[in-house]
Amino acid sequence: MPKAARPILIACHDCDFLCRLPPLRDGERAVCPRCKAVLYHKKANTLSRALIHSITALIFFGLANVFPFMTFKLQGREQVTFLTSGVIELCRQGFGELSFLILIVGVLFPFLKITGTLYVLLPLNFNRKLWKARETFKFVEAIAPWAMMEVFMLGVIVAYVKLTDLATIVLGASMYSFAAVIVFMTLTSAALNPTEIWERLEIAK
Amino acid sequence: MNESHLTAAKASMINCHTCHKLNQSQVSAGRQQVCSRCGTKLHSRKTNSLARAWALTLTAIILYIPANILPVMTLVSYGKSEPNTILSGVTHLIAARMYPIAILVFFASIVVPIIKLISITYLLVSVQKKSHWHPKERTIMYRVTEGIGRWSMLDIFVIAILAALVKLGAIATFEPGPGAIFFAGVVVSTILAAMSFDPRLIWDAMEEKR
Repeated sequence: MPKAARPILIACHDCDFLCRLPPLRDGERAVCPRCKAVLYHKKANTLSRALIHSITALIFFGLANVFPFMTFKLQGREQVTFLTSGVIELCRQGFGELSFLILIVGVLFPFLKITGTLYVLLPLNFNRKLWKARETFKFVEAIAPWAMMEVFMLGVIVAYVKLTDLATIVLGASMYSFAAVIVFMTLTSAALNPTEIWERLEIAK
Repeated sequence: MNESHLTAAKASMINCHTCHKLNQSQVSAGRQQVCSRCGTKLHSRKTNSLARAWALTLTAIILYIPANILPVMTLVSYGKSEPNTILSGVTHLIAARMYPIAILVFFASIVVPIIKLISITYLLVSVQKKSHWHPKERTIMYRVTEGIGRWSMLDIFVIAILAALVKLGAIATFEPGPGAIFFAGVVVSTILAAMSFDPRLIWDAMEEKR
């Protein structure tokens, strides 16, 4: 495994304080002496762990889009919904802007985040980089604040509780897969040290 | 310890905001310098940080009014229609004794947007007045503001899910209201405002004379 060249001097992203990065062991983090921002978090096997978790997340993402999400039962009538039903329904009722926003932050950006991460990490595991790997990783980091699957999940829970005394709600397989996507995406970000990925991208062929 | 610390800007270096590589600043007229590692355009501080953050914050404050007055959702059931604003949605949950959910929605839809608007406005004013007051705490305040913003999207997701689920004609149909669009506008513009604000400006003001 090639050792990535580590810059010794770093600047804090929150206060611009200039300091030397001490040698860190796995799991240790360097904190800005002036504003306490985390400057560097060294993680063991960051690449392979993040890779495994994002592959798992992608599989569950596929399942979440295939199976029914929730079924609403009231007085003998049934209403089956899928993950993207909310988007379609809002659009049909003339709320195009809202449906577009939900499509982006609830489905599209999470999908691009998973696939983009895989596109960069999988070849990088073999010290290779594909076409536009840097641009892809930059894009993934830029959209990350807008991928809001966990907020979506909380919205599902609130809607579920609100409707329980009105009707019978049956949770579908998609719902559980969706929860699994959130878990594995969180594990991916917990395992991923973006600075080390940038360092490896610099030396990869 | 020395009052003025050495910053990257003072050492004529620029920290790349994408990959955090320190680049030596090159003074070449008219050419935009890019990061040697990731190719991002380099800026010592976020471009027009104060103007952008102010514009987005003011937008959010203006949108906040219709977002709270107009109904965000209407439940039509057996000919009766029941419009709900954000606040009445919370009081309905309290009336139905769903306390944990009521607290959750109250925080995400009412407390978080207000906290965000107040704290961004305060940070902007304090930077413009070149305040020297507790820079570390103000930086933490910025990080919290940036971190909690996404949770305000909660109500928007609830509205979308209810609209998709509850469409049984005359028995029960769920319609989103115009307030939802304004509320989404508040959430998006406060998130963008927090992104445009540069916390390093808090520390730059510290370097200047009182």
